[in-house]
Amino acid sequence: MPQLTTTTPPAPAPVKRSTLTKNQLPGWAMWAVLAGSLILGAALSSLIGFHIATWALFSALIYVAAGYFVTLSVEGARKAKDRFATNLVYAAFIVALLPLVSVIVTVLAKGIPGLTPHLLYYSMNGMTGTVDNETVANGTPVIGGVYHGIVGTLLITTWATIISVPIGLLTAVYLVEYSKGGTLARAITFFVDVMTGIPSIVAGLFAAAFFGLVFGPGTRTGFVAAVALSVLMIPVVVRSTEEMLKIVPNELREASYALGVRKWRTILKVVVPTAISGIASGVTLAIARVIGETAPLLVTAGFVNSINWNVFGGWMATLPTFIYRQLMNPTSPTNTDPSAQRAWAAALILIIFVMLLNLVARLIARIFAPKSGR
Amino acid sequence: MSKRIDVKDLNVYYGDFLAVEGVNINIDPKSVTAFIGPSGCGKSTFLRTLNRMHEVLPGARVKGEVLLDGEDLYGPGVDPVTVRSQIGMVFQRPNPFPTMSIRDNVLAGVKLNNKRISRSDADDLVEKSLTGANLWKEVKDRLDKPGSGLSGGQQQRLCIARAIAVAPQVILMDEPCSALDPISTLAIEDLIEELKNEYTVVIVTHNMQQAARVSDKTAFFNIAGTGKPGKLIEYSDTAVIFSNPREKATEDYVSGRFG
Ligand SMILES: Nc1ncnc2c1ncn2[C@@H]1O[C@H](COP(=O)(O)OP(=O)(O)O)[C@@H](O)[C@H]1O
Ligand SMILES: [Mg+2]
Repeated sequence: MPQLTTTTPPAPAPVKRSTLTKNQLPGWAMWAVLAGSLILGAALSSLIGFHIATWALFSALIYVAAGYFVTLSVEGARKAKDRFATNLVYAAFIVALLPLVSVIVTVLAKGIPGLTPHLLYYSMNGMTGTVDNETVANGTPVIGGVYHGIVGTLLITTWATIISVPIGLLTAVYLVEYSKGGTLARAITFFVDVMTGIPSIVAGLFAAAFFGLVFGPGTRTGFVAAVALSVLMIPVVVRSTEEMLKIVPNELREASYALGVRKWRTILKVVVPTAISGIASGVTLAIARVIGETAPLLVTAGFVNSINWNVFGGWMATLPTFIYRQLMNPTSPTNTDPSAQRAWAAALILIIFVMLLNLVARLIARIFAPKSGR
Repeated sequence: MSKRIDVKDLNVYYGDFLAVEGVNINIDPKSVTAFIGPSGCGKSTFLRTLNRMHEVLPGARVKGEVLLDGEDLYGPGVDPVTVRSQIGMVFQRPNPFPTMSIRDNVLAGVKLNNKRISRSDADDLVEKSLTGANLWKEVKDRLDKPGSGLSGGQQQRLCIARAIAVAPQVILMDEPCSALDPISTLAIEDLIEELKNEYTVVIVTHNMQQAARVSDKTAFFNIAGTGKPGKLIEYSDTAVIFSNPREKATEDYVSGRFG
């Protein structure tokens, strides 16, 4: 019996859409939306007189809205909301970044012309208005520099660190390791919190008044300024060190005790080394925080035009007070440009210092971090 | 190199809370004693009183006597630091010092106490302790690498090496294998078997097979209910506890009927 094999031609396979996928925008879609928004934004901006700020603003608004509706029409409501939220977060981030970028750009633009070797190696000693007037009249390079301010800033901040770090560190060790949440500990925590909120000028007045009482009125030296800065630094050091000590696992302390190691040795050799990277970067950030203080320095260290290496005697200039002076009381009242140029250069140096400190903090954290890996 | 422990009428408190009540137990030198019992019955608490680690916690205190070869650990004038250097401890979770190399971890008991030790003595001590903890072969080429880079089981053996490097009389272990895989657990159990030749070993375990495998004597702790103190219910040869216990509660527990 012949086999009846009917070979039906295979039906064209229906284009089966996976139930798991939905419509998806192609990868270039959002770039297209962005390009469209930029063009539209430019057009809208031209209507009211083109400006880069309005262009950016209009484009951003159009992009966020268009992104939402395009996604809504293709990918659905949930994806559209997701896109909207994502765009908002990016927008917030960019807005937050704007001031920082604009500060850096401004300081770089205005500071670099004044950043000459002369500025770095000379003080303002003997610089009078006549000199600046001549500079402007003859078109010669600006002379007079900020060497004395750099010296003052470095000395005063170093002394502030020398004072604050031991006090702050020991306080934090007491709070975390020894106090059992008693009255004294709570009082210390309270006062540290209060100190965190002290306006810096008040810290300056305190130091000035204190030294005025002890060594006679009008005592102004670099050291008085260092004390004022310590008042601002100590709470920051205490707080950051406290947090770092708290996250050292208790198991490590117990492991050490179980080996017959005394408590103070355990703290010194196990707890603090384990936390040292965090402590060190906390200290560095505290320094960065006070290095730019101006008000407390004006009332404690005074202001001079010449170099002073002695923190215990004589007035002292620093970078922030130098900037303040050059802007508010230009060396030559009639020709303020040289002073402004010096001030911007000094501001640039100050920012470089702060950035270096941040880098150092990261480096320290990296170097001291507990080692892992095989 | 090993001493006996005798506990008389020991009550252990956290502040006002009586956590463990009325323990009497005699632990022979060069033996392995296992503490078993349901969670929260006070095994860890009691173990930590044996080397005065209990009082490290704020408010924690004890009443009663713990005699190490006849000398009361809680007698007047006894320095807990001395006690702890004679009675070592290994914890539930391996806790090598993260800032130290493998070598320094082993030498921690010496170095943290600022004791002088010559380079060659230190090398000998490291080799001896790591060999004693069955870890020497695995790490001898990487002694300067951080201890935290080892596997969990190796870290736990490193902690044991660190404990035996200070030459204690007694080694206390609180669930030393509960964070480890079965292979590492076997390695530690083998090690406990060897440690018995030189030290008095007390081990808390949740694993009854483990208690049966490694211990000479077993103590069963139990608790009447939450908030009630834990008590030592039965203490006897391991074989007796697991085959023919005197108490009904012990039998229920070892046969898996509760806990
Ligand atoms: N640090 C502590 N503070 C207060 N109570 C504790 C503390 N540690 C344990 N306890 C209590 O002591 C009892 C025994 O706990 P524990 O010794 O850890 O039991 P086990 O080790 O047998 O599981 C439990 O009731 C527990 O809640
Ligand atoms: Mg326990």
